[in-house]
Amino acid sequence: MADVALQGRAISVAEKVDRAKVLQRLRLGDAGFRILTRSSAILVLIILGGIIVSLVHGAWPALHTFGFNFLVNESWNPVTENFGAIAPIYGTVVTSLIAMLIAVPVGLFIALFLTELCPMWLRRPIGIAIELLAGIPSIIYGIWGLFVFAPFLQEYVQPFMITTLGSVPGIGGLFAGPPYGIGVLTAGLILAIMVLPFITSISRDVFEAVPPVLKEAAYGLGCTTWEVARYVVLPFTRVGVIGGVMLGLGRALGETMAVTFVIGNAHRISGSILAPGTTISATIANEFTEAVGDLYTSSLIALGLILFVITFIVLACARLMLMRLNARLGK
Amino acid sequence: MTDMTLPTSQTNTPLYRSRQRRNAMTMTLAYAATAFGLTWLVLILAVLLYEGFNGLSLAVFTEMTPPPGAAGGLLNPIMGSLVMTIIAVAIGTPLGMLAGTYMAEYGRYDKLSSVVRFINDILLSAPSIVIGLFVYEIMVAQMGHFSGWAGAVALAVIVVPVVVRTTEDMLTLVPDTLREAAASIGLPRSLMIVKVAYRAARAGMITGVLLAVARISGETAPLLFTALNNQFWSTDLNAPVSSLPVVIFQFALSPYKDWQKLAWTGALIITLTVLTLSIIARALASQRKSS
Repeated sequence: MADVALQGRAISVAEKVDRAKVLQRLRLGDAGFRILTRSSAILVLIILGGIIVSLVHGAWPALHTFGFNFLVNESWNPVTENFGAIAPIYGTVVTSLIAMLIAVPVGLFIALFLTELCPMWLRRPIGIAIELLAGIPSIIYGIWGLFVFAPFLQEYVQPFMITTLGSVPGIGGLFAGPPYGIGVLTAGLILAIMVLPFITSISRDVFEAVPPVLKEAAYGLGCTTWEVARYVVLPFTRVGVIGGVMLGLGRALGETMAVTFVIGNAHRISGSILAPGTTISATIANEFTEAVGDLYTSSLIALGLILFVITFIVLACARLMLMRLNARLGK
Repeated sequence: MTDMTLPTSQTNTPLYRSRQRRNAMTMTLAYAATAFGLTWLVLILAVLLYEGFNGLSLAVFTEMTPPPGAAGGLLNPIMGSLVMTIIAVAIGTPLGMLAGTYMAEYGRYDKLSSVVRFINDILLSAPSIVIGLFVYEIMVAQMGHFSGWAGAVALAVIVVPVVVRTTEDMLTLVPDTLREAAASIGLPRSLMIVKVAYRAARAGMITGVLLAVARISGETAPLLFTALNNQFWSTDLNAPVSSLPVVIFQFALSPYKDWQKLAWTGALIITLTVLTLSIIARALASQRKSS
């Protein structure tokens, strides 16, 4: 191709030699650049591989010592060096569950508001506000939770929960015990506030991807806004919405700072969601630098490995689902 | 949607009214959900602004972190964060840009690209504390001590996926006619990418870098056991380095009022930085769209 670029004027013999050189150089440069970019792309894979290998390597002493028991053992005792992961796993799952129970319906309704009800001039500002809030670092949510939200819950909400919900048979045990302020419920609520912007902005994006003719046809038949949302928008975007929800779940599972401030860091499984607990990430953040002994450190890395495996599966499912929706939209 | 033109005999049926009622109810819920969501977010920002500005003074930017119970500033963590962020961006951006370039320019449809795309999307939302553990294993454990370099590398690992993603997206948006035009005048492919495609996608790629900076400027978890913390002024990147998020974490959980106040001020500084960066990034992106 460089031939064409170099033509146009008479080429003397001396220049012909130069041209060969120039072409050679360009060809080398081209190949070099291609190799450079390709190896950078491969490096992304190596990073992921490196994360897995290094975590397995670091976790090996703990996994070797405790075996499968590590996953089901509730004790976490640095003195006797007896470690088990079930309490942090339980805390991670329960806090994320509370967060999703609140954030998913609220997020979906906000997305519905933004795509169907909101006046045009207000859509952009609210949309931008939500996206900016998704970018606020989690430590901000943590510090707010510690100084503002937890005392508020302790003072007003939790005593009320204990006296009313605490005596309801069946679920009463969930709300037993003194109002600490910090605890599993508080962490779950903070997480809910944190993942709300993620879920909202993804659901809004997938809702907006619904072809207008489908909605117009439904409106033309006399459907109400709710019926359009329920029977046209939601079925059409189901895969995308589930993908978005799982993306939010991935965030909630791995979130560290917002939770560490308010969870209370207690290594036990309590029936009450008002009690302090711990999550995988909070345990690592709180104890890693203070861990003495190889087995202790290794157990914490093993926790990290478990967290990575769980979030990897959740995020992979989320991506596959979002990809399926995009494939259907022909993108 | 209410249809005013229907005769009352049709709008007065029980079914019609129950549908209207259900619609009104759910729409009210949608309004309530939006109000609910925005309320929390406004509350958080209001408290943050109030507490943060309360402690904001010149001393915050000129003095070192104080011992418990004394007044002081945040100069060393601010510097530490700045230095580590700059190094992280300097490592992560070229890597991410090159990888994104391969995926958009050379192997847009090949197997490698789709695998990297998938893995990259997962790394994008992988828990940052795990990245901290990873860098601890490969750097801190090998070198035998915590260091600013380890912190910067941990942040760089977070920068890479963000830059890969935006670079690929932005290069994909560049019209193929531009590439064909460049090829037709005899530009080799590498020069076409650097001189034509990069220029066309420049605003978008800068946006990606800004978003990456915004992302890492608040990251705490990966720094906790890589850069650790340092009470004193230190320019030695082979030693532990202080950073804003880690100092906020430590100070907020302390029982000392002065420290807690500094934590709020630090939180305000981070939030304002992140918001400014995202707003600039957004403005750049929309500028590109309109031009």
